[in-house]
This record gives sequence, structure tokens and C-alpha cells, in this order.
Amino acid sequence: MILQRFFIRLFTMAITLLGVSVVVFVIIRVAPGNPIAMMLPPGATDADIERLRALYGLDKSILQQYGIWLSGVLQGDFGTSISLRQDVLGLVLNRLPATLELSIVALLIALAIGGPLAVIGAREQGTGVEAGIDVANGAALSIPDFLWGLALILLFGVLWPIFEISGRVSPRLDLPFATQFYLFESILRLRFDLTKDLISHMFIPALALALPLAAIISQLLKLSLKEVMTLDYVVLARVKGFSETQVILREALKNAALPALTLIGVQFTFLIGGTVIIERLFSYEGLGNMAIDAVINRDLPLIQGIVLVFALLFVTINLIVDMTYALLNPRLRHG
Amino acid sequence: MSVPCLEISNLSATLANGVRVLRSVSLTVEPGVVTALVGESGAGKSMIGKAVLGVLPPSVKIVEGHIALEGIDLGDLKSKARRVLVGERAALIPQDPLTALNPSRRIGPQMTDRLVHILGWAGDKADRRVRQLLDEVQIRDPDRVMQSYPHELSGGMRQRVLIAAAFAAKPRLIVADEPTTALDVTVQKQILRLIAELQKEHGTAILFVTHDLGVVAKISQNVSVLYAGKVVEQADTPSLFASPQHAYTRALMAATPRYTDPLASLKPVDETVLAGLASEIAAADRDWVAP
Repeated sequence: MILQRFFIRLFTMAITLLGVSVVVFVIIRVAPGNPIAMMLPPGATDADIERLRALYGLDKSILQQYGIWLSGVLQGDFGTSISLRQDVLGLVLNRLPATLELSIVALLIALAIGGPLAVIGAREQGTGVEAGIDVANGAALSIPDFLWGLALILLFGVLWPIFEISGRVSPRLDLPFATQFYLFESILRLRFDLTKDLISHMFIPALALALPLAAIISQLLKLSLKEVMTLDYVVLARVKGFSETQVILREALKNAALPALTLIGVQFTFLIGGTVIIERLFSYEGLGNMAIDAVINRDLPLIQGIVLVFALLFVTINLIVDMTYALLNPRLRHG
Repeated sequence: MSVPCLEISNLSATLANGVRVLRSVSLTVEPGVVTALVGESGAGKSMIGKAVLGVLPPSVKIVEGHIALEGIDLGDLKSKARRVLVGERAALIPQDPLTALNPSRRIGPQMTDRLVHILGWAGDKADRRVRQLLDEVQIRDPDRVMQSYPHELSGGMRQRVLIAAAFAAKPRLIVADEPTTALDVTVQKQILRLIAELQKEHGTAILFVTHDLGVVAKISQNVSVLYAGKVVEQADTPSLFASPQHAYTRALMAATPRYTDPLASLKPVDETVLAGLASEIAAADRDWVAP
């Protein structure tokens, strides 16, 4: 039963990805801008242009091009980057871990800030403390992540320079890593000196990404908690003699987290979208940074590859959220 | 005479806008005695139970009066001491068994958590006690029930679980807040009998909140009739039914449908009685000065 549902989900995921690939494929070919023009020196002849167009298959119809590309993708060949002249899949896989690490660290920071604020706000409802949390949430939400990035660069990079503000890792360091998951691997290899350097680079961009999400988590979870806290079983727990904090953590939190979870999952995909600009701002060598270069260079195969990977990330996160929901809710688990 | 299990004296409560919802309520529950609190919906009877247990909604403020649990004035205690005292000595049988159990926790821990975390019992002792109580409320398979989630049990089963949980902590006072209202009629009778049996066996005092005079007659020794947050009549149950003093009590009795005469039309409370009550309430409010 659960397995069957899982396969249905995988099937719908595949359809979603197919749809995304069609839209991206068509749009970047219809939109103005020509990759060939970016490659040739001024004064190239029409014959040169035609030859190059034929080389990259751009002389065929969009439908034919899509067919060729899709059959390649199904065999694991995402084409060759026009600007970097390298295999797209290799390029993308090389950069993806950096972006994943940044997003996950940002999510952890957002949970670490937003979760406790939600619990405190729910416990102190109707007081000045709750009002203060509401104001802070409003401010964190109404300032977009890249502005937070600039503000944090000023604060922690210039006025009080305790963090690095550029790159992913100090270039002088010797990296013994076998994968591109530098942060996770440094922890597994117990090379905490490297972990410290990586965190020092990652913290401000991750914080910039995390602040708006932290505000959303804090606000959604607080609302959800306040609603749950009027229910009979919470009142009964108070009668049993439990303190308000115990009541929230033991009785209310799990049930309040369920409705908040789906929305937080959606918001997390927005956070990943935000990495594009944040990585650029902090010269962080991730997928988003590469995406901007690819768009500037009209590197059609690379754009397609990157967008498809982002789409895959989004649908996977949705799947994980749904499965977590089922895991937390006993009524669905046994259903 | 011993110390009363619960003594409420001169209790008044208002909403944020100053409207009085409890009007100088005084009532006493003697140890081991069932005292019923009867009134129509909105009369404030559940409010009294919530005030005793310290779970009034934030919009309701107690402005006057005292609540003493076994001689200890709850108003004298700091909030933590009060919470723990109520947790140790009082319990609640809630109205709606479908919403009074946490849907994401198993029944067993929900029943033992007070014993372990508030009363400080060892886990296996708490387990044994809960099993014994589940047996007393005639649940045949305590192990399976304790392993279950609430949605796996019927409404009647859940109310038995909640009754067992209330008695498990050996409380001196139980507030039963319309414990049969949400159940269907056939189950109501069983649950009522069960509460009465456990009450006798454990000698627990109960403040039994209900709108049903039939239930009052079956279960209680004393009764207070409440209207608009004001006690209009207080008596022991047999004499209340034998010779009701207040016009409102008589009207309530007349309004109760009888199984013996199903064809008789329902009789609402008379207009003149309501008018009398209104002037009584108005007079009480005129004399009352907000402290």
C-alpha cells in the first residue's frame, strides 16, 4: 500500500520533470540572445556562423533539438557546455554538493532560530515578548535574502570581521576530500580545522538565506501551536500539573508541526532558489553561481542541466516532506 | 467536621469587558461526596470547574473570592506550586473523549505521564496502576489499549481510558465536566454507572458538572443549581427533587422530558420565571461593587 503510493509519487515526479524540461528548453531558445554570437570573434562570416550552428545542432527545429537532447538525457548524456566545453552532467554534479551543503546549513540555522522563537512566542502569548517576536519576524521576512547578505557582509565582514565573506574555502588549504561534500566529509574525517574554515565561509551566506525562512517557521509554527494549545488534550495536560513549556514540548509541538511542515517544505524550495543570488554575492562556488554564468553566456545545455537539477531537488524535497508527514502522523502510518 | 475537599467561597469572575460570568458563587464539596452542578448551557458551570483546576481561558479573570483545595487556599500559592498541588490532588474527566486524548501519542504514556512526572512514581509501578484501573473500567485487553493510538479506539473506550486515567493518580477531587454529553445514549448509562462505581470504591469526591437533572438524580448526593453564574438553589439531592424551593428549579424539572410519558410536549421554562431570575440577577449586580 505505502510502496504503491511511493511509486505513484515517483511517476508524477517524472512527469513534472518532463514538463519542466519542455518549458525551459523552449523558453531559452525562443528568448532573444544567441550563444553562437557570444562565441565568435567580431567579423566572422555567415558561413562560420552556419557551421557552428550546425555543430551544436541549433539549425534543426526546436522539436528535433528536444528529441535529440531528451534521448541523450535518458542515456545519462546532458550534452556539452558551450562556454566551458565540458560535459554538463559532470559540471553540475561537481557544483551541486556545495549548493546542497549551503542550503542544508541554512535550513538548520532557520530551524534553530525559528523553532525556539515559535515555542517562546506561544508560551508568552498576548505579552510584549510575543509582540517583539512578531516585529522581528516581520522585519526578517520583509527584507529579502540578498539584502540580508549585504547587511551581514557589512556587519560581520567589515565592521566586525569574524567571518569570511567570499569563496567556499581558503585557497591555501590542502583539501584531502574524495567528494565535493567538503563540509560533511571534513566532519566525517574528523578534520575539524577544515570544518571551521568551511563554516567560517558558509555561515554568513547561510544566515542570509536562513533569516526569512526562520521568520516563516517561527510565525507558522507559533500560529499552529497557539491553535493546538486550546485543544482539550492540552488543557488536560495542564490539569495533570505540567508546566506550560512541558505542555508545549510534550503535547502540542508534534501536532502543531504537522500542518506547518508542508508550508516549511515549500518555503525551503524558495530558499534553494535564493542560493542563485546569494552564491553570486559571496562568490560561493555552487550551482547557483554557475547558473548565472550559464545564462549570461547563453549556454543552453548548461542552463537546461542546472534547471533540471533544481527541479529534481524541489520535487525530491516535496516527496521527503510528504513522507515525513506520514511518518509523524499515526493516522496516516496505519492507513 | 473534617476539612472540605473543595471549598469555593464568594467567587466572582468577569470577562475582559467587565461582564460578570460568575456571581459570588459559594459551594462546598465534602470528602468522598458527589456534588452536582446543574444549569443550562452558558450558566457558567464548566467555568467553575475550570477555575478550580486553574485552566480558565485567558479572557476570564477571577476578581473576588477563594478556592480552597483540602483547606489550602489556591490563591495564596505561586503558579507553579498551585499547578503541582492541583496535579497531585485533583483530576479532570473531560467532556469530549474524542478531543481529550493526544492523537499522536500512544494511550499508555498519556495515562502514566502524571504518575511518573508529577507524582514521581517509578515507571513499572505507574504501569501496574494504570493496568489495574483499565481493568476496573472493564477494558479487557489493557496491553493492547495502552499500545494503541486514540484513533484506534471507540468513543466509549476513550472515555473509559480518560476515567481510568483520572482515578489512577488517586486524586481527592475529580471534576467531571459533562462526561457523558458527547456519548450516545446507550454508552452514557454505562459510563455513568462506571463513574459511580469507581467513586464509591475509591472514595473520591466529585464535582459533577451537568445540564441533565436525570444524571443529577442518579449520581449525586448534593446539588447546586446555577443560573447566569449565580447559585439559585443548593440542597441535598433527595430534598431538592422532593421539594424544589426555587421557581427556576421547579421549571427545570418540569422541562425535563420523561420516558414514562413520551407523548407529552416539552415544556420550556416559563416567561415569568425567567423575568424573576433577571430581576434577581440585576439586584445582585446592583449591590455588587467590583473589587
